[in-house]
Amino acid sequence: MIVLDNVPSGALLLAVGVLFAAGVYLLLERSLTRVLLGFVLLGNGTNLAILLAGGRAGAPPITGSDAGEPMSDPLAQAMILTSVVITLALVAFVLAMAYRSWQLHGHDEVQDDLEDTRIARLAVEDAPSYADSDALESGTTLDEEAVATRDEVALPDPVVDPRTRGGDGS
Amino acid sequence: MNPWTVQTLVPLPVLVPLFAAGLALALHRYQRAQRIISVVALSVVVAASVGLVVAAHDGPVALDLGGWAAPVGVNLVADPLAALMLLVSSVVLLCVLLYSMAQGIADSNDRTAPASKDAEELRKALEAQDPDADEDGRRDVLPVAIFHPTFLILAAGVADAFLAGDLFNLYVGFEILLAASYVLLTLGGTSERIRAGSVYVVVALLSSIVFLLAVGLVYAATGTVNMAQLAERLPEIDPGVRLGIQALLLLAFGIKAAIFPLSAWLPDSYPTAPAPVTAVFAGLLTKVGVYAILRTQTLLFPPDETLEAVLLVLALATMLVGILGAVAQDDVKRLLSFTLVSHIGYMIFGVALATQASTAAAIFYVVHHITVQTALFLVVGLIERHSGTTSLDRLGGLATLAPGLAILFFVPAMNLAGIPPLSGFLGKVGLLEAGVLNGSGLAWALVVGSVVTSLLTLYAVVRAWNKAFWQPCPDDRKLPDPSPLPWGMVGPTAALVAVSVSLTVAAGPLYDYAARAAYMALDARSYVEAVFPDGAPRGTGTSNEVTDDGEEGPP
Repeated sequence: MIVLDNVPSGALLLAVGVLFAAGVYLLLERSLTRVLLGFVLLGNGTNLAILLAGGRAGAPPITGSDAGEPMSDPLAQAMILTSVVITLALVAFVLAMAYRSWQLHGHDEVQDDLEDTRIARLAVEDAPSYADSDALESGTTLDEEAVATRDEVALPDPVVDPRTRGGDGS
Repeated sequence: MNPWTVQTLVPLPVLVPLFAAGLALALHRYQRAQRIISVVALSVVVAASVGLVVAAHDGPVALDLGGWAAPVGVNLVADPLAALMLLVSSVVLLCVLLYSMAQGIADSNDRTAPASKDAEELRKALEAQDPDADEDGRRDVLPVAIFHPTFLILAAGVADAFLAGDLFNLYVGFEILLAASYVLLTLGGTSERIRAGSVYVVVALLSSIVFLLAVGLVYAATGTVNMAQLAERLPEIDPGVRLGIQALLLLAFGIKAAIFPLSAWLPDSYPTAPAPVTAVFAGLLTKVGVYAILRTQTLLFPPDETLEAVLLVLALATMLVGILGAVAQDDVKRLLSFTLVSHIGYMIFGVALATQASTAAAIFYVVHHITVQTALFLVVGLIERHSGTTSLDRLGGLATLAPGLAILFFVPAMNLAGIPPLSGFLGKVGLLEAGVLNGSGLAWALVVGSVVTSLLTLYAVVRAWNKAFWQPCPDDRKLPDPSPLPWGMVGPTAALVAVSVSLTVAAGPLYDYAARAAYMALDARSYVEAVFPDGAPRGTGTSNEVTDDGEEGPP
């Protein structure tokens, strides 16, 4: 078994780091175009990282060819190829979405959720999120109702004149 | 080699929808043909899943694709966990497809629904723009024709993610279903959907990048991405490196599964999509994330107490924050989206405890939650259709106006809240039992948190029930047309509600199956044995002979 030298090159590692830093910075922007560029940088950084995971470059990985030096790892490159294709498709989709956003709004900025903002405002005002008939003021409170209702089980109170008791069981 | 073995079933749930999607796209002018293709394809998937569930009971069924042996080639593995998830998701997908078809048919005739109204507006705009264009050219531009192909691709992606026996293939499965979900979420390209879609797409893209990076790091650390081989190699590498990789994978899956604090995107984006799309997203997409967490935590990585404690805390936060969000909402769709986030916490609770009982309960809970949550969103779609709104402020009196609808809402709502004897209750009891058995302080906190969340869920859904169904209509606006809801939409919804109730009836066998799935997921040996029979270094496939010929190359 031929073991490849697996220590990655420092320059490539640095490149991965820079791509990630720039990508994350752009991803935090509001404009979809910049977010997209950030995504592209992150994708490239990741692909480069996978390439590094495959070890150093070597001879073409074809069975039977005897180039005298170790073959490079084909699996890492196959994975990169797949992810490049996927990234390409998604970039196309996000571009279409940014264009549509520009068509509709004249800009391509990611907007806040209106419903969320509305509920947050209600929370600040300490208002209920919707009118509930149980919560609405129905004119009489429970205490008033209790006074107005005649308790037929209890013995009549000799002191209070029944006529002062308000309406009977309204 | 006999082509008709059990293994033949394994690739069908991925291949059939993919080919059907191509066919449906090619036949986009013939709506009837599209419908027939979609229904037949998804029915085949359901049948294949039933076969796999039966076949996987005795042990995982593995298939090396294209004759390439396992660690080199890509393989699909249907173990009981994957097969069970596949069956539930395919049933749900079929129901939602039938529902959306009925909605499409009913709407193309006359009435109002967001999806087709957009199409109508677009059609009018196109006619105004270019009155001389022929009808065929116009129909090419209209977005309706892509619904069926995209839906089928979503089905293929979900199946691929469940069956993947290879971490990179899992990534590809995720990308397939996510790409389809981007299209479905922004269907029609209205202002609101583009806004919600932007957030959803950017968050999903980020999680995909994190996942891909984690796959790259796994490859760098172990030299393989095959799950069976990883199950053997990952326990042997440096614990620090392993923890880093595991955390990165959890981060990626956590975004997809909407675990707090990575869940803020979900209630923002799901409710804007058309009702059937929201239903299938809510039912399936987050659960694929949960499945991925379950798979990596149980099969690939050895138990790690720190990470389990972190997961438990996150599960508690997900439950409580999610349900408190639900209580504040006044739109039924958003309310349900928040309960969805909240109940992800239950599944993570089960995964984090990492015992066989808790994993079994989590699997049972996932099955229950997929059906119930999808059913609820479909019912909300019916409510929206009946009343023209989902705002609790404007709904009212539906119990008298549409008693059937009220029953359809009430049963899954009570099931979600965990009222005995429904399946939600059984799943929760299983989780609580596992938590009590664990006995640590954190586990007890989770047990209390689960009960509180369950009660708050009851509060949230009962409020929705009271406001929308029980109380009279708030203002005296004129009643909607008495035209009945189309049977094509009510039928699949009722079927899904019936499925969720039958989960209760069949809870015994189902729970046994979940326990078996948990046993096999936790015990990596059967999985590895299925992929590498008799301890061979390679799986079954003709590439064995090829590499034997060129043995001088690297292994």
